[in-house]
Amino acid sequence: MDYFAQQLINGIVLGSIYGLIAIGYTMVYGIVGMINFAHGDIFMIGGFIALITFLILVSIGLTIVPVILLIVLLVSMAVTALYGWTIERIAYRPLRHSFRLAPMLSAIGMSFVLTNYSQVAQGARVKPVPPIITGGYTLHEGAEGFVVRLSNVQIIVVITTIVLLGIFTWLVAKTRLGRDMRACEQDQTMASLLGVDVDRTISMTFVIGAALAAVAGMMYLLYYGLVDFFMGFVAGIKAFTAAVLGGIGSLPGAMLGGLLIGLIETLWAAYFSTEYKDVAAFSILIVVLIFLPTGLLGRPEVEKV
Amino acid sequence: MATTAPATLARGPDVAFIFKKALISGLVALVLFSLMIGVRTEAGPEGQLIYWTRFGDLAAMVGVVFGGSIVIELLRYWWGPVDTIRIIPPSTTKALAVARRGIAPVLLIFTFLVPVIFYDQRYILDLGILVLTYVMLGWGLNVVVGLAGLLDLGYVAFYAVGAYSYALLATNFGLSFWICLPLAGILAAFFGVLLGFPVLRLRGDYLAIVTLAFGEIIRLVIINWQSLTGGPNGISGIPRPSFFGIPLTPGDDGLATKLGIAFSPTHRIVFLFYLILALALLTNWVTIRLRRLPIGRAWEALREDEVACRALGINTTTTKLTAFATGAMFAGFAGSFFATRQGFISPESFTFHESALVLAIVVLGGMGSQLGVALAALTMIGGFELFRGLEQYRMLVFGAAMVLLMIWRPRGLIGHRAPTVFLRHEKVISAELVEDARA
Repeated sequence: MDYFAQQLINGIVLGSIYGLIAIGYTMVYGIVGMINFAHGDIFMIGGFIALITFLILVSIGLTIVPVILLIVLLVSMAVTALYGWTIERIAYRPLRHSFRLAPMLSAIGMSFVLTNYSQVAQGARVKPVPPIITGGYTLHEGAEGFVVRLSNVQIIVVITTIVLLGIFTWLVAKTRLGRDMRACEQDQTMASLLGVDVDRTISMTFVIGAALAAVAGMMYLLYYGLVDFFMGFVAGIKAFTAAVLGGIGSLPGAMLGGLLIGLIETLWAAYFSTEYKDVAAFSILIVVLIFLPTGLLGRPEVEKV
Repeated sequence: MATTAPATLARGPDVAFIFKKALISGLVALVLFSLMIGVRTEAGPEGQLIYWTRFGDLAAMVGVVFGGSIVIELLRYWWGPVDTIRIIPPSTTKALAVARRGIAPVLLIFTFLVPVIFYDQRYILDLGILVLTYVMLGWGLNVVVGLAGLLDLGYVAFYAVGAYSYALLATNFGLSFWICLPLAGILAAFFGVLLGFPVLRLRGDYLAIVTLAFGEIIRLVIINWQSLTGGPNGISGIPRPSFFGIPLTPGDDGLATKLGIAFSPTHRIVFLFYLILALALLTNWVTIRLRRLPIGRAWEALREDEVACRALGINTTTTKLTAFATGAMFAGFAGSFFATRQGFISPESFTFHESALVLAIVVLGGMGSQLGVALAALTMIGGFELFRGLEQYRMLVFGAAMVLLMIWRPRGLIGHRAPTVFLRHEKVISAELVEDARA
């Protein structure tokens, strides 16, 4: 039971990270109708930016941890958001009215560019950082000496995710930008006739998605203490699985899907085998798409001729 | 120039606008690259991270973006809008048509002569074999993507199935290449159906992502099922192919001795070259023949419109499954050839990059054009060889090329998506008919 509780905590933390990435997928798919294949790599770039900012801040002598974390968060969100904006501008916008496979292939190309760009720019080796946030709480001490722990990092990851999700839900539900986004999701032509700047709205969607991916990248860095240039690929597919599982186009769905994928992966690794945990995640993607193509919270897709 | 003929010429390039745009691009580049290129991190000797700055590289990159932006704007100005229709003189069109008709036979004859011309140059022969392997893979994937319009990002899985089938059958049971080749094809086709079943209802992007997941699952299983596949270490000592039972060895029962000529290791390379050429041509021939059969037409109809296809009574289930199975079978053939040529296989040869490379070849070739795929494979693999010295930039260039290609020519270099069957004579609506309708 204790072991299960510990795995549950780990799964929720991992799931929060997946959920943050999945929101980017789900938003872009909802509005533009394409899988932003490069989104996983945006997450990786976010992790790198966080790492480099952290190193610079530490080396100039800053020691107050909350201040460091806040600056790292803001810098990585800002710079990664600019990456998202640039990629949309270069690789996706010219293809918006092209045939349907073109943006997908362009996104695959962009994903290669980003992966190899960070490999060339930062080297192929794994970049470890010492634990930035230490300490935690012992929740329960079992009879056999097994301890259920909740570390401070885990608390921060979950709280950050909840806060961001709150801000983001408010953004989509209450602001002008959110309304524009929902309008574009329904009908781009009509939205533009009614004075919505479609190009700008789509750009903003990519910017927000990239910023959230940057947060996920930073959380990953805090939690696992390392980044490498290849981490975007697998994390991206899993986050996409989360988005599909929750119902693509649905924001709460993305978060729910992220949590489920995180839990399934952690529990699978804990009770069955570590080697096959990725296989489990990918199999879920296939199974979900067969039996539940609209996901848990998604709307059914109407087929038009 | 603008002063001499102000009435006929449009205004010159707007210098201020171009400069402003380049400045913005430069600033964006500065922010983007500031941390990623301006700072380099590396794990230090004691395991802690150290960093150093590279402001020179950063300045160079920003300069390149600034300059590149100006150049692109100027080119855009000189070339005019992208969608202007250019009038090509009829003589040029005719010459192009002749060239297009002539290029396939010329290429084929040249390919046949490659081992004769370059007999002493092992490097060129090896490169030729590599190019032909990708031509074959491209033609195989073309059935799935180009003809049936099903975006498959996990094609390398079938290649892996073929390679591992041959390697395992040959090393464990001592079966010869010629028995294993069809077996590998059948097994890969079986896997194709296995993948096809669950994804029948999916389309477009979902299909792409599921096939990608399938490819990864196969790779992960190969890595982790150590008792069967040897895991990350792969399988070595895979037997070389024989000339229909006669080994290509220097011994007394070898082919060279039987023919009464001196043995040379190049014989095997030449043999492999013709083997893959034959396999590739088989793929091509089968595809061309299938296109003329009802099933091939059903594939093309499926590609154009699935709903209409179903409305016309075409069984989309069998249509999709046969497309997957056919494509997978050719990948299986190519895979067993790969295994016998290398003599060693490991999961590293079957990553997502391979799938993307083959897909890029098909897309670059124009999705459905056999000649286009062959030329694209030649360009891609040849291009990769040119960049061999710059190993680490190769994939970067490959990715960038994919993006640029999609923007520049989304339909591929040789756009060829016309259905094989169409009405020969278009109904002309004459002026009288229109007038009648109006009256």
